[in-house]
Amino acid sequence: MFASILQTLPQVLIDGLALGAIYAVVALGYTMVYGILELINFAHGEIFMTGAFAGTSVLLLFQSFGWLGNLPAWVSYVLIIFIAMMVTGALGVGIERVAYRPLRKAPKLISLISAFGVSFVLQDLVRFIAELKTGNYIISVPQLFDGRFTLGFSSMTAMFGNATVKTNTIFIFIVAIVLMIGLDIFVNRTKWGGAMRAVAQDRETASLMSINVNKVILLTFFIGSALGGSTGVLFAQQYGTIDPYIGFILGLKAFTAAVLGGIGNIRGAMFGGIVIGVLEMFASANLGIMTGGNFGAEYKDVFAFAILIVVLIFKPEGLFGKAVKEKV
Amino acid sequence: MSKLDNMRHTLRENKLAQIILLVLFTLVTAAAVYLMERSVTAFLLLLASLLLLYYTSFTNGIKWIIALVLLLVVIPFASSGGTSYDSYMEVATQCGIYVAMALGLNIVVGFAGLLDMGFVAFFAVGAYTYGIFATDQANNFISGDLFPLSGGTFWIFILIGGFMAGIFGILLGLPVLRVKGDYLAIVTLGFGEIIRIIFNNLEKPVNITNGAMGLSSIQPPDLFGFDFTFPHQYYFIVIAILLVVIFAVRRLEHSRLGRSWKAVRENEIAAQSMGIPLIRTKLIAFAIGASFSGMMGVVFAAKQTFIDPTSFTLIESTTILVMVVLGGMGSVPGVILGASLVTILNLQVLTELTNWLNQLSMQGIIEVPNALSPSKMQRFIFGMILILVAIFRPNGLIAAKNRKIPKEVVTGGPHQHHEVPAAPISAKTSPE
Repeated sequence: MFASILQTLPQVLIDGLALGAIYAVVALGYTMVYGILELINFAHGEIFMTGAFAGTSVLLLFQSFGWLGNLPAWVSYVLIIFIAMMVTGALGVGIERVAYRPLRKAPKLISLISAFGVSFVLQDLVRFIAELKTGNYIISVPQLFDGRFTLGFSSMTAMFGNATVKTNTIFIFIVAIVLMIGLDIFVNRTKWGGAMRAVAQDRETASLMSINVNKVILLTFFIGSALGGSTGVLFAQQYGTIDPYIGFILGLKAFTAAVLGGIGNIRGAMFGGIVIGVLEMFASANLGIMTGGNFGAEYKDVFAFAILIVVLIFKPEGLFGKAVKEKV
Repeated sequence: MSKLDNMRHTLRENKLAQIILLVLFTLVTAAAVYLMERSVTAFLLLLASLLLLYYTSFTNGIKWIIALVLLLVVIPFASSGGTSYDSYMEVATQCGIYVAMALGLNIVVGFAGLLDMGFVAFFAVGAYTYGIFATDQANNFISGDLFPLSGGTFWIFILIGGFMAGIFGILLGLPVLRVKGDYLAIVTLGFGEIIRIIFNNLEKPVNITNGAMGLSSIQPPDLFGFDFTFPHQYYFIVIAILLVVIFAVRRLEHSRLGRSWKAVRENEIAAQSMGIPLIRTKLIAFAIGASFSGMMGVVFAAKQTFIDPTSFTLIESTTILVMVVLGGMGSVPGVILGASLVTILNLQVLTELTNWLNQLSMQGIIEVPNALSPSKMQRFIFGMILILVAIFRPNGLIAAKNRKIPKEVVTGGPHQHHEVPAAPISAKTSPE
């Protein structure tokens, strides 16, 4: 049993890291919004999905104009990610303005319900548009990089098998790392980042320090949603098909990642995403082997949730979060 | 005062006018339902007579009696006139099932303030509890050729299904209720999916749920040799359970437990410091809410005679949540109204609208793309309802009212012991 698990380990790790990088960047959106508003932005998974669709439709547009052949693939890739980020960023700002801001002083239950509603509306809107344009809401995405190469782990020791890596996976790593480092610098080193941290700590005091709280919240939504949208494009390129309902389960897992790292903690979310991604890939590759074929890869989502529940029971503040005592 | 206001005023004061209006309305709509071949509008208006009844100013007892007459005699009789008897009754039965579930969710969300987004899981537990034992499925893991159990056991299974769902409610609640409220929403959402995935895959190592194939030819219930097969027969089962549920909910709401739920909803820490056991109170809310759903799951399984995991998806959970939120969280009449409205919207209005649009586009009058067909728009409509209600009417259609306590009870009337200092408590200290 161990031999076969070890054999597939390199492949599992590569795929898990790619998936984990996607979870990590989506988790950033959850964690940023929660950090600043203490609101679980249910619609974030759908923003990710919208990003995937926005990017893909731009790609299809490029294709129909015949620009794809003229531009280097990576230029159009970056361009598409940029456009998807702008679209989803604006979408996030719009959602905040319409569905969350009127409820900022309402009980938390009410804003959660509104957030849930937004996520449903987005799913259906995207379905309308996709179905109207193409006749089917499941869309297969043209690949910008369809190359793949093999990493020869087996030449190191015979225990390991080789791993096949899509060129796109490398691109995911690069984009994810750039986004995460960029966000880290932005939040910790710039004036606006400082304002964001101030609002997260104490909204009222921050407003007394002449920080425009509404603007900071909008900016948080813009950045968080733009990050989600960019990963949507990465996801579409990596897995090849998208539908309007991909955001739901993926959003839940990314949320799990955010909780695992300590919600509100940006570096924690990055770490949590990687952990969840690798664990999920490991589970889907090996659950069948480990249980003698009784429970297979179809239980991988159950596995991700089990992690969420275990974390919530034993360490609800997450791995890197600080335990917050509720004051009366 | 305008003429219209004047009329409204007399109507509010004059009970005779109310009863005349109610009887007239009921008679006209009932006659319309009875005589017309198939008219959804007439049937809906007949159901609306219950709403009209709610707004009359009779005492609760009289309202209940009239409601029973309407539900048990007028509605079944009126709809038995035409060929669409069973399709009317099907709608009414579905309404009843959803009302009971929404009342269950109302205990969790409305009374105790715990947002449960995977509520359909408990419905599934109830449905599968009956489904597994009322087909030959259970022979796969229990030796001896005992199954399917006869339809006579259905009545016991209503209780067993409720009990099983309650157990699952506690199992979910135990780990989750220790953490802060907002996580609860997401964990329950996940739980709903987990239950569905498990039912979808539990065909190995032992075939318990028959996986994605579902369970078919479930035994219909029978009572002293009388088989229940048609919707108009299930209607009476559903009404009976529903009455028990409504009675239970109304009693619970004003009991010590119900007040604890509301206290926990308003402020956990304050409630705890008043001596309310937090975890236990929440767990009971979960268990009771879940058990209502489980009971209706049993009825659903028997009525459909076929269940598979696709009946228990997220959209179902959301539908029930929409019912509660639209009707008014914590308000029993509101939730009943919300559940009926949403069910009718789902089953009747959207389908009729789709058919009508299809006809129009067949005749070439207007071209409606298939993507926009109203029966596919549930997510959009429900989402919009959730957002709009949250922003503009967070208390729902019929807002919850707290029962008023007479002043002499609060301030210490003649029945109080004299040792207790009867400090006058201002009205502000009572909740809401």
